[in-house]
Amino acid sequence: MAPVGTEWLLFAGEMATLIVLLGVSHVHLGDYMARVYTGTKHLKIERGFYRVIGANGDSEQSWGAYLRSVLAFSVIGVLIVYLVQRIQTWLPWALGLPQPSEPLSFNTAISFVTNTNWQSYSPDTTLGYSVQLIALTVQNFVSAAVGIAVAIALVRGFMYRRTGTIGNFWVDLTRGILRILLPISIVAAVILIAGGVIQNFAGFQHVTTITGSTATIPGGPVASQEAIKELGTNGGGFYNANSAHPFENPTAWTNLFEIFLLLLIPFALPRTFGRMVGDRRQGIAIVATMGIFWLASNLLLAWAELSASGTAPQLAGGAMEGKEDRFGVVASTIFGSSTTLTSTGAVDSMHDSYTALGGAVTLSDMMLGEIAPGGVGAGMYGILMLAVIAVFVAGLMVGRTPEYLGKKIGPREMKLASLYILTTPALVLLGTGLSFAIPGIRADLEKTSIWNPGTHGFSEVLYAFTSAANNNGSAFAGITANTVWLNTALGVVMFLGRFIPIVFVLALAGSLAQQDKVPATAGTLPTHRPQFVGLMIGTTLLVTALTYFPVLALGPLAEGLK
Amino acid sequence: MTTITQTTRSAPSPNPARRGSSLSWSQFVRALPGTFRKLDPRQMWRNPVMFVVEAGALLTTALAIAEPFIGGGTSSAGKLAPSFSAAIAGWLWATVLFSNLAEAIAEGRGKAQAQSLRATRTSTLAHRVSGYDEKADPDALQASVAETASVELRLGDVVIVSAGEVIPGDGDIIAGIASVDESAITGESAPVVREHGGDRSAVTGGTRVLSDRIVVKITSKPGETFVDRMIRLVEGASRQKTPNEIALNILLASLTIIFLVVVLTLNPMAAYLNGATSIVILVALLVCIIPTTIGALLSAIGIAGMDRLVQHNVLAMSGRAVEAAGDVTTLLLDKTGTITYGNRQATEFIALGDTSDAELSDIARLSSLADPTPEGTSVVTLAGGPVDIPKDAEIIPFSAQTRMSGLDLEDGSQVRKGAGSMIAQWVGRVPASVQTDLDAVVTRISQSGGTPLVVASKTAAGAGTVRGVIHLKDVVKDGLKERFAELRAMGIRTVMITGDNPLTAKAIAAEAGVDDFLAEATPEDKMALIKREQEGGNLVAMTGDGTNDAPALAQADVGVAMNTGTSAAKEAGNMVDLDSDPTKLIDIVRIGKQLLITRGSLTTFSIANDLAKYFAIIPAMFAGVFPGLAVLNIMQLHSPASAILSAIVFNALVIVALIPLALRGVSYRARPASSILGRNLAVYGLGGIIAPFVGIKIIDLIVTLIPGF
Repeated sequence: MAPVGTEWLLFAGEMATLIVLLGVSHVHLGDYMARVYTGTKHLKIERGFYRVIGANGDSEQSWGAYLRSVLAFSVIGVLIVYLVQRIQTWLPWALGLPQPSEPLSFNTAISFVTNTNWQSYSPDTTLGYSVQLIALTVQNFVSAAVGIAVAIALVRGFMYRRTGTIGNFWVDLTRGILRILLPISIVAAVILIAGGVIQNFAGFQHVTTITGSTATIPGGPVASQEAIKELGTNGGGFYNANSAHPFENPTAWTNLFEIFLLLLIPFALPRTFGRMVGDRRQGIAIVATMGIFWLASNLLLAWAELSASGTAPQLAGGAMEGKEDRFGVVASTIFGSSTTLTSTGAVDSMHDSYTALGGAVTLSDMMLGEIAPGGVGAGMYGILMLAVIAVFVAGLMVGRTPEYLGKKIGPREMKLASLYILTTPALVLLGTGLSFAIPGIRADLEKTSIWNPGTHGFSEVLYAFTSAANNNGSAFAGITANTVWLNTALGVVMFLGRFIPIVFVLALAGSLAQQDKVPATAGTLPTHRPQFVGLMIGTTLLVTALTYFPVLALGPLAEGLK
Repeated sequence: MTTITQTTRSAPSPNPARRGSSLSWSQFVRALPGTFRKLDPRQMWRNPVMFVVEAGALLTTALAIAEPFIGGGTSSAGKLAPSFSAAIAGWLWATVLFSNLAEAIAEGRGKAQAQSLRATRTSTLAHRVSGYDEKADPDALQASVAETASVELRLGDVVIVSAGEVIPGDGDIIAGIASVDESAITGESAPVVREHGGDRSAVTGGTRVLSDRIVVKITSKPGETFVDRMIRLVEGASRQKTPNEIALNILLASLTIIFLVVVLTLNPMAAYLNGATSIVILVALLVCIIPTTIGALLSAIGIAGMDRLVQHNVLAMSGRAVEAAGDVTTLLLDKTGTITYGNRQATEFIALGDTSDAELSDIARLSSLADPTPEGTSVVTLAGGPVDIPKDAEIIPFSAQTRMSGLDLEDGSQVRKGAGSMIAQWVGRVPASVQTDLDAVVTRISQSGGTPLVVASKTAAGAGTVRGVIHLKDVVKDGLKERFAELRAMGIRTVMITGDNPLTAKAIAAEAGVDDFLAEATPEDKMALIKREQEGGNLVAMTGDGTNDAPALAQADVGVAMNTGTSAAKEAGNMVDLDSDPTKLIDIVRIGKQLLITRGSLTTFSIANDLAKYFAIIPAMFAGVFPGLAVLNIMQLHSPASAILSAIVFNALVIVALIPLALRGVSYRARPASSILGRNLAVYGLGGIIAPFVGIKIIDLIVTLIPGF
């Protein structure tokens, strides 16, 4: 491990590289996606697909129809993933693995369909290639495309005037997969293979390690899954160690590339948004808000880990427990910040082993509501919902019925936005609270799941529910989550945490699309200035802090402040 | 139907000059009964935030009473003073009462007005005409008249009102003319003239006819007269929540639910860490973090907003209209009477040929001495004031045929002023050089939007000379240009409506500084303009008084009818200006904005307050179990008990402290939105974060003096 000064230099270098790369991709990918979702031409293969599923690619849907399509598609997805796991033993390339338990299959099915990719199991020793490919990799693509589709539908709400429609889900889904996710992940997979990530169907390999002991390591189609795992902010690894495993993430530069991949689409969508509503400055304000949170989180986490107290960290120059020696501290913390801020949940280091305050940063990242920049699509619609709240309070303060991008924020809009921000915190707190409130469950947690009793054990449970409700998927992995209660509760929380907000987002999109646009005047609150960025940051911080301050105090703060 | 039967002086005077807006001790005392009456949970339910506080107060009271018998619950905050629960319960009740007090004071102001209106209502006798015949006997001179109680009057009845009598109900004059004392409604003691036909035919029940005799057709149902509506409005009885208020309530309710979940889930988690706390402390935490400040003041703000309008002598038919006023983006203003003084005035004399300026001035005055029109008077004024009309001079009045007026003097000489073409005919031959100058002057004046009047004279011998030109123009009212600039800064576009030709309209529009104008406007054009503006998403406000304004008033988002106007116009609009001052629209917009700003600012303040309260309560709750959390006690509060009590006391007192602001409204200056936001964020956002840190610390220092804390 390098001295602290060198680590900070490395931090600056990596961050600068990411900012430059993202700056370029933000513009080009953002513009490209705007064209994808506003274009009227269909590809031949797309037209064929619409014919097969019986959709009319040229018609638009009302918000209700759009929502029904999203829900139907996702529920069928859950059923398929569940069934494929249940019949694993009869599938080819099962690697001789048994079928996972019912609660585990339930949890995994929801986890992948909701773009959470929480893994209660050890993937390399639980699921064979068939399940990984037909069920999980497919969901990695489609769940990401669903997220983007919902975000685009909301943007259309701001864009359209007096229409009852918000686009066509089947078109958005198909284009997202075929024109955005597939091409980029193919390129990314090739780059990852070039970087040393494995791609084979070799099954379990028995190897002798340098210390003379033997190990059994499965090969597999890792690179192809790794690309979409990051690009789609999924995060479900092929190996239990996730991106800390050398077969998934062999070198420092593949590490940086994977961070870039997971930030790529979330940071480009604000540009798409600005393009579609016809005012790029609006997109810049959004991306600035996201960017400031991302920078602040990175700085805080790197600082927490580099300045860790205690004998071991002092000797090592930083908190090295749970981090890969190949990456060092800052390459781990940048990954850690980015993965918790994007609802990816992939990890290249163990968040559970971070310092208490570092752990608090990763927890808080998720508690912000996955909006900086958030999951693919989910981050975009999440931050727009917060913008609606910010605009409402600020709009009142300038003496006008609040409006955002020319759309009035009336009682109906406010109801939907309020319910949206209410959902995730309620799921986190009720989930965690119930886990400790019901005596039988608490006893089970203490006996089976929590290996670090006390504040840290509490943080692990809190982290699990925060991760599930926000569809992140990362874990304080010291917890044993493969129990009936955690599999079921987290499964339910993931499902509700994904789809209840989507209901409100699409309803809001519908109600906005119906409105006419109010022309902007000197009396209109400008939403593209630094002032508004500050307002968004303030609103987000305040709402998050007020909701989670007590539990953070009980968990990481009680542990870290001594 | 009830009627006011007394003289003018005891009438309510909603005039801002006569009503202070500051809080007085008597207002406070009057509000006390209402404060306690509002504790009724059935009323409280409408305000979810305060309902939660009341429920918390009940719970803590029960616990405080039970405590001596069952002992205090275990608490992570350590052993607390025996009076702790009782103190918390007391302050929670105070919080609820302070909220009720704010609402009761706001309502009290309106009630006082309604009281004086109602106190004067008794039934009066009306002279109802039976079998009114419009054609044969329009003045109802022969018709049989029956005496009827005014409450018996129905829609469409016809009554006769003579001098000295009180008009028994709202109606339109269908015959006659009278001067009417309307001070009971408007607070203005000067009588107004009401006559049948035209736009000044409406009379209001409860006003008194001072002279003459009128025939009135009743246009309101019993109990729905103007006075009845006014009473309901100022009392706030018919107050419905406005869209923005509903939206804000939704946000506040959601925050309350989130915080309820935060508090309810806290103890099970804390129990796992052996940090379970007592119910009293949990209730205290909940009340501190739910948005009580704005929740307590929200309805007072709304009532006070309506009240401010009443103080400006404007009656809004709904709170929705007041809010819409804040959103207005386009203001339609009639030229005559609103932007200009309503009459053209002489502003300049331009002498032609050999005539000197002094000569022209004298001749112009001479020609206008007998001219009773405002234009004529203004010429006399410009020329230095009236003089006596020369003896035996023959007055030549203006006629549509000659389009001239003037005097034929005793010595046979004549002076005239009038339209250029008619004067030219009258004079006969005009020298070419004078003609050229004349044409140039006339063109210049016309293009500037003025009206040229040519002055000429004839000697006794009959030789005519063109002496010069009077420049008549519409004079724009003082200070309007600045007000329009102010409106522009607020993001409001002003459009002038006029019957003038486009050239004149353009010139006046430029002089007044309006953004746009509609020339040669018919009522249909006006309607079309409103619809066009609304198509583009604009909110339109306008004033009107005539019956032909009614459709446009109804179509506009904010339609302010003049009290002098017809009842059709008053029905159509959603506000009535008792002073009949069209420029009032600008004040209405300002009041609408101020209402929203007050709500937004206090919401921000309320939520920003929470940060400090967390820093007071969380360490107090858990520092006993986790000593490290004492670091969060950045205010260095004395003990857990004093910290929690101080936060609760601050939370209650801040409501009282903000009542005057809620009633008065946050100050508002016409500036662009971002600068208003910047200011309010600094004051109420940043101030809202800092103020409680200071306040709680000070209260803690005082609480520490109580034994046991």
